[in-house]
Amino acid sequence: MRNAPDQIVFDNVSKFYGEVLGVNRVNLSLGPGITSLVGPNGSGKTTLMNLLTGLILPSQGKVAVLGLTPDDPVEFFRRVGYCSQFDSFPRNVTGLDFIYAPLRLHGFSPRQARQLTDEALERVGMSDAARRKVAGYSKGMRQRIRLAQAIAHHPSVLVLDEPLNGLDPMARAEAIALFEALGKKGMHVVISSHILEEVDRISDRVVLMSHGYVVAEGRIQEVRREVKDHPMQILVRCSNPARLASEVFVLDHVVEAKIQNDGRGVLVRTRDADQFYLLLNKVVSQGEVQVDAVAPADDDVNSIYQYLIGSDGGQQ
Amino acid sequence: MSGDELIPRLRHWIGRQPWQLWIEQTGILARTELRRNFLARRGFWIYLLAFAPAVIIALHAIIDGPRHHCSLTADTQVLAGIFDFYYLRLGIFFGCMGIFTWLFRGEIVERTLHYQFLVPVRREVLVLGKFFAGAITAIVLFGSSVLLSFYFMYVHLGTAGKTYVFEGPGLHQLWAYLLVTTLASVGYGALFLALSLIFKNPIVPGALVMGYEAINPVLPSALQKLSVIFYLKQLLPVEIPTQGFLALFTVVAEPVSPFVAVLGLLGLAAAILVFACFRIHRLEVTYSTD
Repeated sequence: MRNAPDQIVFDNVSKFYGEVLGVNRVNLSLGPGITSLVGPNGSGKTTLMNLLTGLILPSQGKVAVLGLTPDDPVEFFRRVGYCSQFDSFPRNVTGLDFIYAPLRLHGFSPRQARQLTDEALERVGMSDAARRKVAGYSKGMRQRIRLAQAIAHHPSVLVLDEPLNGLDPMARAEAIALFEALGKKGMHVVISSHILEEVDRISDRVVLMSHGYVVAEGRIQEVRREVKDHPMQILVRCSNPARLASEVFVLDHVVEAKIQNDGRGVLVRTRDADQFYLLLNKVVSQGEVQVDAVAPADDDVNSIYQYLIGSDGGQQ
Repeated sequence: MSGDELIPRLRHWIGRQPWQLWIEQTGILARTELRRNFLARRGFWIYLLAFAPAVIIALHAIIDGPRHHCSLTADTQVLAGIFDFYYLRLGIFFGCMGIFTWLFRGEIVERTLHYQFLVPVRREVLVLGKFFAGAITAIVLFGSSVLLSFYFMYVHLGTAGKTYVFEGPGLHQLWAYLLVTTLASVGYGALFLALSLIFKNPIVPGALVMGYEAINPVLPSALQKLSVIFYLKQLLPVEIPTQGFLALFTVVAEPVSPFVAVLGLLGLAAAILVFACFRIHRLEVTYSTD
């Protein structure tokens, strides 16, 4: 296996449940920052996360997290926190005990464990409900208390399976801000989520999965460039869209140039974005068109998801 | 590697292990499990199983004691029979089945096992923590039931009973019953803990083990030693006069010394636990298929 003390490495990993494929021949190397696992139900996202945390064992291949494996759980789980999708809790447990008890198993003294518990509860906004039994929590509260448990021991790697499920918009925004902050601090944050628009904003890279295979992976823009079948969409907001449209439409690589309804922009679909940008520079330098903004219109996770997997990611 | 190298290496390895942390973790896990074992509503039937004979003997003491002339010898043999045929072969056996198979299987049914696997605890420590909790539960429940049964069996005999217990062989018999209860809890506990890590439904293997334990006296010598009842029978303090079919259960075909019996059972339990520790490394959290 590649020796990568700062990477999460999947080395030719396959997992079969009997004859059913979980994931097949996954090779990934994930660095610090936020990685989003994207794919429809049954594509293998949860299997990948369970493999990463040792809850299931690979049928073939090896998984290492920062050079560690779950065979050494003492060191491994000091560095890793996992907020799983399983919405179940030990009987009669309170929110406070749910976080405190595992911290004691980490070897923290009662005082340190209490301090970390309070800190984690504070971060997810659950301090007030901490002494209540988890069985009486709403779905969103249960989600937040699981998140608190996953971050309480300050792990270097945080694995989050559908962490936004059940959260109201406010809590969702807070959770995303938290993930973003953790990612910026250099943590490895691996998220699977169906709410692509929100994950898209904070992801440093995506791993697109379908039927147990990794379809594409990398930085979102890089992945988009690799999708040759679908011309890139570039929106240019400018003073003279008709002029720009006529200039670009004669080019071979431009498939479509569509003037926006408000008459202040043109949406260009091109098979060669670099050539288009060169032309745009030329047109601007001639002074015929004043450009206000240029932005790719479909290099987001949702578009890539639709192009590669063929369904509406946002509806998954 | 030669023997000369092996010992220093082993010593070095032992010295490097975080024993203090493991002991603390075992304690925390055992305490959590004990709370669950004693307070769970679903474990109510184990209380019934444990204390049923004590209640029956208490009724015997209350109803029969004052009216009839009870025989010390007869009551001693009745108690020995209850201990052998009820406590050992049914009560502790099924009680341990209920307690120990639920330690991991219960977590799978309630979908909480992943919490145990996502903390920095070696799985061997997890097995031991749960095993200790299960053993303490079984020993406390069945030990106190045996104690109560013993008390009620002799209390209604008045001075004769008191003399038998404190000046005769009574106290020695009580210690022997408590020792056998403890060893039975440890032996059957280890066995059912290991079975729960292999089978999804431990009822069928449990029934097979029960059959195996029952036919133990007619098995070949080597196989006899691979059963829990073989060692326990050697330690029973009172011989039960049985005839015909029942004699099959009480006969000790190859007697061994009490020392060997205790060590043999502890060795067997330790070997089963070592197997369980290996086995748990292959256990995966796949609730949907369980």
